[in-house]
Amino acid sequence: MLEVMPTMSQTLTVNAPLTAADGELLTVKLARERRNKQLKAVALVAPLAIFLLLTFLVPIFMLLGRSVDNPEVVTHLPATSKLIASWDRRALPSEDVFQAMARDLTAAKEDKSVPEVAKRLNMDISGFRSLIQKTARKMPLELAAGESMRDRFIQIDERWGDPDHWHVIAKNAKSWTPYYLYSSLDLRETKAGTPELAPEEERAFISIFGRTLWISFWVTVFCLLLGYPLAYWLANLPARKSNLLMILVLLPFWTSVLVRVASWIVLLQREGLINSALMNLGIIGEPLQLAFNRVGVYIAMVHILLPFVILPAYSVMKSIPPTYMRAAISLGDHPFAAFWKIYFPQTVAGVAAGALLVFIMCIGYYITPALLGSPEEQMVSYYVAFYTNVTINWGMAAALGSLLLIATMTLYAVYSKLVGANKLSLG
Amino acid sequence: MMSEKHTASDTLVSFRGVQKSYDGESLIVKNLDLDIRKGEFLTMLGPSGSGKTTCLMMLAGFETPTHGEIRLGDKLLNHVPPHKRNIGMVFQNYALFPHMTVAENLAYPLTIRKMSKSEITDRVKKALGMVKLDALANRYPGQMSGGQQQRVALARALVFEPQLVLMDEPLGALDKQLREHMQLEIKHIHENLGITVVYVTHDQGEALTMSDRVAVFKDGIIQQIDAANVLYEKPVNSFVANFIGENNTLHGEVVAVQDQHCTVRLGNGNTVQAAAVCVGKAGEATSMSIRPERVRLNRYAEACENRLQARLAEFIYFGDHVRLRLDVAGQSGFMVKVPAGELDSSWKVGDTLDIGWMARDIRALDASVYTH
Repeated sequence: MLEVMPTMSQTLTVNAPLTAADGELLTVKLARERRNKQLKAVALVAPLAIFLLLTFLVPIFMLLGRSVDNPEVVTHLPATSKLIASWDRRALPSEDVFQAMARDLTAAKEDKSVPEVAKRLNMDISGFRSLIQKTARKMPLELAAGESMRDRFIQIDERWGDPDHWHVIAKNAKSWTPYYLYSSLDLRETKAGTPELAPEEERAFISIFGRTLWISFWVTVFCLLLGYPLAYWLANLPARKSNLLMILVLLPFWTSVLVRVASWIVLLQREGLINSALMNLGIIGEPLQLAFNRVGVYIAMVHILLPFVILPAYSVMKSIPPTYMRAAISLGDHPFAAFWKIYFPQTVAGVAAGALLVFIMCIGYYITPALLGSPEEQMVSYYVAFYTNVTINWGMAAALGSLLLIATMTLYAVYSKLVGANKLSLG
Repeated sequence: MMSEKHTASDTLVSFRGVQKSYDGESLIVKNLDLDIRKGEFLTMLGPSGSGKTTCLMMLAGFETPTHGEIRLGDKLLNHVPPHKRNIGMVFQNYALFPHMTVAENLAYPLTIRKMSKSEITDRVKKALGMVKLDALANRYPGQMSGGQQQRVALARALVFEPQLVLMDEPLGALDKQLREHMQLEIKHIHENLGITVVYVTHDQGEALTMSDRVAVFKDGIIQQIDAANVLYEKPVNSFVANFIGENNTLHGEVVAVQDQHCTVRLGNGNTVQAAAVCVGKAGEATSMSIRPERVRLNRYAEACENRLQARLAEFIYFGDHVRLRLDVAGQSGFMVKVPAGELDSSWKVGDTLDIGWMARDIRALDASVYTH
């Protein structure tokens, strides 16, 4: 329209706006038509968009929020939280703070929120739980004339005279905290508020993350080594055979992961099919340790994730006409060299997409290591589940989850930088 | 099949008793004997499934003959793997490597032959100049038009200077105008370089324009192998007559055969004198073939040996000429070409015209059910 207007107004009368046959302005009519089209398109997409928003984006942001959320102290010790902000953090807090603490604990005792606060503070200094509970039981306190609340608190438990405990309260008197994220990375907050590495005996998660990435890396490598030739074979078989084999690839895909892991246990355990077969054949004298260790985890995870490499690789290979290889060979290249120089580069995008998919799924894997691995094989997801189900520590669960998410995003960013996201082909 | 007389040293490629079967039940190529001369442009022409591409692939080495021998020069090719045959090949879908630039595509066969950097650069430049694409050396195939890609493919097949170049329907994916242009270009390149080209196509126009000789394939057998004009003017059987160019067929029964001539009775009782090419004894059915431009009308027909009456069924306008569809001797679909200037404006559909032709122009061939 914009391009047409000037030339039309030259040939027609002077800049009089064009009107449609019914006298309405053409631009108005056109704009309405476009708007209607857009509305229809939006209406079609809306259900999916809303669904995605509610089931995907909102939970992710809630999860991210949970990892820094720190409501317990602020909510249940409101007066203390407010006053302790102006504490100089050297000597003990002022009498006012102790007074406020007494009021807050009394209120908390009434609405039964003491355990929540106690649990939160106990994460920073163990023993804090009992201290809070012991003190809360004494509430409300009747003070004799001239007696200070501070002395009374210290009388209940001398730990109240230790500024470190007050530091913890002061630190948690904000509605957000880096505590969970720091803990997930084996860091802790110094009194100055900067992160430092936790003492060696308290470190755990760095090695768990390392293990998760390591296992994921090897599963991806094995999947590629097994999946690439298989995909190539499938892509170059006659259609009937390749369809049949494709069903064999997909069949396990349609079976529950739990069932598949259980079947692997049956196959791999000490008295399992594989060991007894090898023993009966006289190949081994002692049963091999195949399950409940790294080997079992690798076998089952590779088996479960193989289709995710095969399918995108297959679809890319299927789209490469055999004439490329023929052309390279007719130009004088040895078939192996031609494969490497001509065929392989064209499959990289699809194969890398498959590998990325496998790796991303791997780092979130839970059930296979949980059932087929020893404690040494448990990955980050296991601890997410542990914090969610066992210790009901949403903060830690969310922090670990957020870090996994960040790892995935970083990986994707690196990948798209290297290969180019627009080349990513998921079939 | 048709064996040509020439000395052995002229022959570059020879097929001897070559057979190919994919399923062990039917032969896709049946007992092929074929000599391809040095410097020749030979086209294998035929409908799909006629075995022409299989022959080409056996020559390239991508298929192995089930039986027989293929020789290149005096070397037996049967057990030479395709990458050691040193035969250039152009594919229908160009098969340019999409992840390499034009220059890299052209350098590919040279790098394999371990040529020096400077020689590679020289040769690539020369090859690009030959196909007039000097400016596009750093483009990727995806950024080029079909015609340009085809030229690159051509240059790539020639850049390592093979003595034999195979082309598998290389122009099949181009539009008509570009195809005609490329036909001439390929022909000129062939003439300039003096290489031997084996060209596969199902487009008879292409085959006639470009080739020194055309081998017409059907059902795994070469029906006829000859120069384009011989193929067109003197088809040896009804398949070739119908496959090459436009053809009118008249079905009839042989009355008498004398030497190279025969008399044929048409369905309505008329008799026609024809050249006996591929006919049996008297009493057998025959299909006669005559090219539309050999049929003469009204006063031009007066001097002809064969004269018939025809009913004008349709005018088909082609710009430079008009085609008349006629019903002749009870058989419909008989086409005559009339130059625009010779068209009589008084003719109209339903008129009866006198048509005629010389006996040497109509060839009595094997009976076919093939209708035009």
